[in-house]
This record gives sequence, C-alpha cells and structure tokens, in this order.
Amino acid sequence: MKKKRTVLLLYIVNLILGLLYLSPLIWMVVSAFKPENRIFSDMSKGLAAFLPAEATLDNFRTVFLRSSMPKYIGNSIFYVSVLVLLSLLINSAFGYALAKFNFKGKNLILSVVLALLVLPLESILLSLFYIVNRFRWIDSYLALIIPFIVKCFDVYLFRQFFLDVPDDLIEAAQMDGANPFTTFIKVIIPISKPVFATVFILDYVAYWSDFMWPLLVITDADKRTVQLGIQTFFTEPPVYYGPIMAALAIASLPMIVLFLFLQKYYVQGISTSGIKG
Amino acid sequence: MRRKQHYAWFFIFPGLILLLMFTVLAAILAFCFSFMDFNLLRPQDASFIGADNYIRLFKDTSFLKAMKNTFYFAVIVVPYQVGLAFGLALLVRENVKGIGIFRSAYFSPLVTSMSVIAILWTFIYNPNPTQGLLNAVFAKAGLPSCDFLRSADTAMNSIIFMSGWHGAGYQMMILLAGLQAIPEDLYEAASIDGAGAIKKFVYITVPGIKNVLVFVVMMTTISAMKLFTQPYIMTNGGPKESTMTLTYYLYRQGFQYRNMGYASAVSVIFFVVVVGISTGIKKIMKAR
Repeated sequence: MKKKRTVLLLYIVNLILGLLYLSPLIWMVVSAFKPENRIFSDMSKGLAAFLPAEATLDNFRTVFLRSSMPKYIGNSIFYVSVLVLLSLLINSAFGYALAKFNFKGKNLILSVVLALLVLPLESILLSLFYIVNRFRWIDSYLALIIPFIVKCFDVYLFRQFFLDVPDDLIEAAQMDGANPFTTFIKVIIPISKPVFATVFILDYVAYWSDFMWPLLVITDADKRTVQLGIQTFFTEPPVYYGPIMAALAIASLPMIVLFLFLQKYYVQGISTSGIKG
Repeated sequence: MRRKQHYAWFFIFPGLILLLMFTVLAAILAFCFSFMDFNLLRPQDASFIGADNYIRLFKDTSFLKAMKNTFYFAVIVVPYQVGLAFGLALLVRENVKGIGIFRSAYFSPLVTSMSVIAILWTFIYNPNPTQGLLNAVFAKAGLPSCDFLRSADTAMNSIIFMSGWHGAGYQMMILLAGLQAIPEDLYEAASIDGAGAIKKFVYITVPGIKNVLVFVVMMTTISAMKLFTQPYIMTNGGPKESTMTLTYYLYRQGFQYRNMGYASAVSVIFFVVVVGISTGIKKIMKAR
C-alpha cells in the first residue's frame, strides 16, 4: 500500500518537474507555430505562452523560402555523415590492431593514444587552423572532415570492445583461409554492431553540434553548417521571433530523428563511460 | 602465426598518419608558437621571443579576467549541474511504467545543440518584459524585471543557470546507470534491519555511487572550462568582459587579431589548467 503511494508521488513530482524542465522547449515549438503578434500578446498572459493558438505554418514558410536553412541542414548532414563514416572505418581498424595484433611499437602507440585522451581540442584549434590554412582548406569541407577523422576516444572504445572478442573466432576464420582484412570485415564488424552504433551516434551528435571549429574555417555563406546558419539568421536584422523559433526547431529536427532510432546506443555509450571511467 | 602480425600496420597506418599530422603536430606547433612573436597577417616578421608571451599574459587584465570568469563559471556550474543531475537521477531511478518518458524529458535539451539553446535563451532572457519570456513571467508574479545578459552583474549567472539546465540530463544518465548498478539486495537487507530512507541513502547509495560521481564531477569540470558557445552567441563576452572566458579570449586573440603566438600561449595555459584540474580531482578523490 505504501509502495503504491510513493510511486504515485513519484509520478506527480516528475510530471510537474518534467513540464517545468521542458517549458523553454515547449515555448520554442509553440511559438514557431504562432503569428508574431500572438507570441508577444500571449507572453504577458502566463500559461497562454506555452499553449498553441492560431496555429500557422507561416514561420516555417518564411524559413524555407527566405533563408538558406534547408541548404545549411544539407551541408551539415553531408559533412557530418562523411566524417563519421570515415571515422568509424579508420578508428575501428586502429582499435582492432591495438587489441588483436602483436607488433613492434604497439605499446608506444597505445600509450600515445591514451595520453592524447586528455588533450582538450580547444588547446590545439589554433595550430590546427594554421595547418589547415597551409593546406588551403579554408572554406572547404576538407577542413571540417580530415583533421577530425581520428579520435583517440573512439580508438580506445573500439579497442576495449575488441579485447573481449575471443581469439578463437579470429583463428577459426583464418583457418578457413580468410586474410586479416576479410576477417575484420566479414567476422569482426558484424558482431560489433553495438559499439559501431554507439560511436556513430556519439560522434554524430558531437560534430553536428560543433560550433567553434566551423566558425573558424568556414566563411563562405554557401558552405555554412547548421549551427553557423542559425547563428547568422539570429544576428541579421530584422529579428522576428516566430521565424527564428521555426528555424531553431528545424535545425533540431535531424537530431531528434536520429535519437528516435539510436537513443538506446547513445545512452549506453554515455552510461558505460561512467562505469568504466 | 608470426607472419601475419605485420598486417597490423595496414590497420594502423591511416589512423596513425592522421593522428601525427593533425593532433600531434598541432600540439607541437601550439607549444612552439607560444614562444614566438607571430602574427598571421605578417608571417614574415615571426621571431622567437622566449617566454615574453607568458609574461605579457600575466599582466594582461583581460586575460586574467577571462581566467577568473572561467573558474567562476566552473566553480558554480559544477555543483549546480551535478547536484541537479543527481536529484533527477534519483527521481527517475525506479523502473516503474512510463518512467522512460521522464528520463527523455530531462535529457531532451541535449538533443538540441548548444547554439540552438543559446539563441532560444537569449530571447527568454530579453530584459524587456514585453519581449522576454522570463521577465514576462516575473512581471506576472509581481517581481521586478531583471537585466539578465545585459548587466555585468547577472550575465554570467544567467549563462550558468541555462548551461546547467541544458547539460544535467547527460550526467543524470551516467549517474542513473551508477545507481542501477548498486545491488538491490543491499537495500532489502537494510530494510530488514530497520534502516530508514535517509540511512539507506547515506550508507548504501552514496558509497555505491561515489566513483561514478567522481567521474561525473571531473567530466563536468573539464567541459565547463571549455565554455565558448554561450558567451559567443549570447553576450560576445560582455558586458564589460563579464562573460569573457579562456576559450573566448583564445578565439579573440587568435582569430580576430590573428596573434598566433600570443594566443598559442593562452592555449598552452588552457591545456595545463585542464590537465591540472583533472589530475587534481583524481588525486583528491583517491586520497579519501
């Protein structure tokens, strides 16, 4: 009996707190569907600010017709997808070699990778900019992609996962005449889907949200990423609330879709990082 | 068997080259540049000047202010955000029906990027009660309006309030996994012995979550030190440099003034501070 009451209390507290917690986002979404003057008139009426009224798609129409938001979203999807796919391939191979091969220099490379885990990216952004500039990659997607393919944390995650893969499995494949490459592609990758999914979503979200680096290397308006795009949309007058709220909602949509499918792996990724770390 | 070990190099090679070419080289360059007078606008005049950049930095009031602001942010946001995350984790800990909805609710600010959130909250924080959501709510509640981002006294605190709200869901998920790893038997045994909720929390939950908590504190502190997007979008480091942070100063010196050498010294100090903090936290927590 007591248990039931605690659970009910838990629901009530969570419901109130959950709504309060979400209120900024609710306001954003609701305002995206309201006419401009209604956003302001509802604001002074308390609860009305968070409730839909006079629903209209005008704000979204403005964003699609009078801004380059769709293009920026396309740019981001393109470069983040290429980056993450290359990154999965190269980091998994790197981690696999560190987990399942014995070769000269392995311990040295492993300790370099582990040491670089603590290096904050912000402390090398400037010199990275210098390097990328020397390559003449400014305003090119190469600048957004190539320097970030290798990520020590991913190499580490892959290595940890591959360490647990039984050696028998690899040897059995090689008995059947598979070389190390086909073993990796046909035997190892198929049984490692969870770690690939985890790294995929962790990196996708991180690069999608990245703001500082694109700000440094992309100046060409046509090549802006979503984050740069909404920022310029927000700073260029005239500032209207409705279209900006619509732009913010649209900019978030791809991540919401990704989360609907891969949330489980994201949560796994961040929660195991705590237990292992 | 020995023969195939050299295949390892094929697996490692692409990654290793990229790692050396970008991360390792960039780190070495940052270190070297920090001892140079080197402006990207006049690269021909570059020269080694020893520790001059560092000496200048410690007399540079803007830099010192940035350092102070960054520490202030971290010192306030870490207990606030981790405390909030821990509270939320306790609230959504029971695996009752529908609890997933609440977990997602607390996590959802993270699905939208920081730039989206920063823009949204710039509107929420608008000082005019007819244009800013929070001031409209204040007015409705009969409270005086607040300048939020427009005043040097409140700008950083406004950023802190928002940042903790945005990020807490992440730490909540980690702490939740830690809470769920505590064996249920312990609580049952304690109940049989007549322990109340508070005793269980102090003697079972806290020791059980300690290691995860240390990790979460460290992680939150390091990411707090990197504060950039919020002041860039919301305040431009102002008013009166009250939200100028280390990474923002790095950006300003390096990319707006193109002072490669001087900004590299900021990078090196930033690196030392971040690594120092993480080893420091590890040591303090291990000593306990």
